[in-house]
Amino acid sequence: MTLPGSLDEAVAALTAMPAAVPVAGGTDLMAAVNSGLLRPAALVGLGRISEIRGWQYQDGHALLGAGLTHARMGRPDFAALIPALAAAARAAGPPQIRNAGTLGGNIATAAPTGDALPVLAALEATLIIAGPDGARRELPVSHLLAGMEMLRAGELIGYVRVPLLHAPQVFLKATGRTGPGRATASVAVVLDPARRGVRCAVGAVAPMPLRPLEAEQWVASLIDWDGERALVPEALTAFGEYVAAACIPDPAPAEDGTPQQLPPAVLHLRRTVAVLARRALGRALS
Amino acid sequence: MSNDAAAATATTPTGTTAQPAATSEVRQHGIGASLPSAHGRAKTEGTFPYAADLWAEGLLWAGILRSPHPHARIVSIDTTHAREMPGVRAVVTHEDVPGAAVHGRGSADRPVFASEVVRHHGEPIAAVAADHPDTARMAAAAIIVEYEALDPVTDPEKAFEAEPLHPDGNLIRHIPLRHGDPEATGEIVVDGLYRIGRQDPAPIGAEAGLAVPRPDGGVELYVASTDPHADRDRAAAVYGLDPERVKVVVTGVPGATADREDPGFQLPLGLLALKTGCPVKLTATREESFLGHAHRHPTLLRYRHHADGEGRLVKVEAQILLDAGAYADTSSQALAAAVSFACGPYAVPNAFIEGWAVRTNNPPSGHVRGEGAMQVCAAYEAQMDKLAKKLGIDPAELRLRNVMSTGDVLPTGQTVTCPAPVEELLTAVRDFPLPPLPKDSPEDEWVLPGGPEGAGEPGAVRRGVGYGLGMVHMLGAEGTDEVSTATVRVQEGVATVLCAAVETGQGFSTLARQIVQETLGIDEVHVASVDTDQPPAGPGCRGRHTWVSGGAVERAAKMVRTQLLQPLAHKFGMSAELLQITDGKITSYDGVLSTTVTEAMEGKELWATAQCRPHPTEPLDDSGQGDAFVGLAFCAIRAVVDVDIELGSVRVVELAVAQDVGRVLNPAQLKARIEAGVTQGVGAALTENLRTPRGLVRHPDLTGYALPTALDAPDIRIVKLVEERDVVAPFGAKSVSAVPVVTSPAAIASAVRAATGRPVNRLPIRPQAAVVTAQ
Repeated sequence: MTLPGSLDEAVAALTAMPAAVPVAGGTDLMAAVNSGLLRPAALVGLGRISEIRGWQYQDGHALLGAGLTHARMGRPDFAALIPALAAAARAAGPPQIRNAGTLGGNIATAAPTGDALPVLAALEATLIIAGPDGARRELPVSHLLAGMEMLRAGELIGYVRVPLLHAPQVFLKATGRTGPGRATASVAVVLDPARRGVRCAVGAVAPMPLRPLEAEQWVASLIDWDGERALVPEALTAFGEYVAAACIPDPAPAEDGTPQQLPPAVLHLRRTVAVLARRALGRALS
Repeated sequence: MSNDAAAATATTPTGTTAQPAATSEVRQHGIGASLPSAHGRAKTEGTFPYAADLWAEGLLWAGILRSPHPHARIVSIDTTHAREMPGVRAVVTHEDVPGAAVHGRGSADRPVFASEVVRHHGEPIAAVAADHPDTARMAAAAIIVEYEALDPVTDPEKAFEAEPLHPDGNLIRHIPLRHGDPEATGEIVVDGLYRIGRQDPAPIGAEAGLAVPRPDGGVELYVASTDPHADRDRAAAVYGLDPERVKVVVTGVPGATADREDPGFQLPLGLLALKTGCPVKLTATREESFLGHAHRHPTLLRYRHHADGEGRLVKVEAQILLDAGAYADTSSQALAAAVSFACGPYAVPNAFIEGWAVRTNNPPSGHVRGEGAMQVCAAYEAQMDKLAKKLGIDPAELRLRNVMSTGDVLPTGQTVTCPAPVEELLTAVRDFPLPPLPKDSPEDEWVLPGGPEGAGEPGAVRRGVGYGLGMVHMLGAEGTDEVSTATVRVQEGVATVLCAAVETGQGFSTLARQIVQETLGIDEVHVASVDTDQPPAGPGCRGRHTWVSGGAVERAAKMVRTQLLQPLAHKFGMSAELLQITDGKITSYDGVLSTTVTEAMEGKELWATAQCRPHPTEPLDDSGQGDAFVGLAFCAIRAVVDVDIELGSVRVVELAVAQDVGRVLNPAQLKARIEAGVTQGVGAALTENLRTPRGLVRHPDLTGYALPTALDAPDIRIVKLVEERDVVAPFGAKSVSAVPVVTSPAAIASAVRAATGRPVNRLPIRPQAAVVTAQ
């Protein structure tokens, strides 16, 4: 176990010990260790790297440290910057988990139910990856989540660059209970008035967050960006159904052409996505 | 779930009318006082020694190899690699069991280690002792087992036709209860098909234990047993030893709502200790805990209720199918309860109930509080709601027209002789003021269904009110010899209780102190720790220890009292009955004699041992008839729920509870027990279901298996505690823990029905069952 004090030291430690596993909050990693699924030869603790535990501003973007905890992101000052990410952080589990779990960890674990992930997908966030010898490269978060590009040996997620849109954002999550729980489905909706765009991502229904691009474009064209942004309820409902149908498509018809039904549980999931997307857009536009 | 944990999450009622009738003075000692638990402080401070904290010099660690298949033939077991691993000291399989190869609570049908077939996912096949827990686990994983996978029977309906899964056959018990006139019919008939899921007791402290070999060739087992003598006897039979050479020492039990966490848990420990001659410890992982212990019986119920035009029940027909899992365990008892209480606390002249408990390749089911009674309660209350809807009568009113009272006859032919204040209970919860709607109290923080960070939208939320009436039996039924023995010793003004009744969180040790304080007027009372050198007290379930062990403690204390007072009374020429002990002082009825207990005890050591054995019961006969139960306890719950009708998320806002308790012995403990029970019921109603697709346990962890959290627990209002003493019970007290578990799921389902208009015929309630769609 090493406890480096800077990102470059951490990268150096990982390069020196290729079998070592980086650990930040440990909320996912330690569960795997305790259940015997993972026996790391060594650990590189990221908890002492103060440069990644806060955020800074960079030409219209926020550069979020990967070590930001959910508890920190849930606070009002952060919520004023990136409301949807703050809402996702507040919903990300019980206080014990939120105090320890980090943004970078949420991305690295890439669980389908990771609450920050649909928000980052909707924000089209970019990861700043720290590599050996002070190297930095950028990688869209969706590329990493989709497995198009992977972290290389010795690399760490250093920062997450997120645009500051100065407009309403909503994150909504459906769970099986009133207390903290894993999402059965989640939806993030962000407005980008400068580009007259609506961006939406649906989490937990697929291995990575899904973007219903056509539904986004369609609904953005309906909004009066210069006046009242509100839409009629029918439009919101149609958006919800558009999003849901895009993320959970109808099954292909049988060979003889008869349409196939989705199983009831999947139908319910689709309905849940539709309701969440409708409510999220409604709140963002109200 | 742990009782302590559940009690802690329940919201304290704040309503002024919600307080149970308080006695005029607050008692500090004796019966009726809210004596705090002796272990409470140690448990909150983390110093209470649980089984997982045990240690012995030179101990080895055990690891268990469990079956990854729900049903398979074992072709071969090769332990060579495991034995050769450095640090491994012993490997045991079915070949190393010196005594009985099978064990079990009800009937001995469960192998210690599977030999030819595995019948459920997680069945133990071998055990390893090694000098490090990781080595033990790795060695267990290194045992090579060749399986020939067989088709698992996971649908209990198919168990009847399937090839026998066990030499004992697939039918564990069948009860065809016939009571009254089979030809009777009612004007109004309602039908229903109901399914109840697999609730897990999910004890927060996973199983752990330590076995220490004895020089005489015996073994001592330090385990969190809740029935130490039965565990000892099963262990001795398996080890091929006399019971005297096996001793079970009960360590801190981390909250138990089942008989025993895993019925076979202690068996490999002792085998390994005997084989290696070293102490052996095993701490189960959460996954092993879920795989090892018994669950609530998943149940399929088909009902038909006949009623007259006024809504009075004429006949109930039901078919009840319990999925017992791979081994019988206590399924026979669960079935007896399910069949006997299939009509609920309603007067029903004609009942035709057929019940089966069948073997499948699902994880074994067993005793979880309110077993049998909980499943049928959800079904018969759904039927009552259907009847009310069909007749256009208020659901509470329909129930009131049918409630049972003392003197009525159960479908088993047994007359209800104990107090049955069902009408009083239901009226109390019905008339209790409803919680305000959010629009009426805008200042209050309103938690929407889905939680504070959920997606709830006030416009989509509907409120519903529903009722549940439940009943359970107390003590073992059908001729079980329920007996307990206790010893009370008094020396130098300090009393000690020796009784093998295990404190499982139910509060027995506190109650025993209160009983001695009450009887002997001695404040300082200790309860000795439990081992099998003491006489048996039986398992802790169905209010047994309050009744039989509490009764035995009281008798022993009374005998000590007589020994203490007899010489004094004799000296003053009066009978001992004319003397009384209060606050450590002995006074005579006329005030002539006045001395203190300490003075009268001077130089004496008094001992007395007594037994309590309640009225015997008889087994149910071939048509399900018989006086099978010693006593019954009743509960009425009114549930208020908020449902997001688009997402189907449900939040229980409030549960108003009225319960038939006989007599309040410890108000604080009673309240905690009711809150814990109600909360366990909330879990059964909404979230708790251990899923086993194709017989494989999925998500055996506390993230996947969602216990209620503080946010899920509703406001629990104890509206009324009816104290009508049961004359046959010691102190007149009734069992309090199980009946709220039985009743609250039914009440919640009833409220969701009222909010959504949907039938809600499955527990836990799935979100899609609570969605109201436009079409």
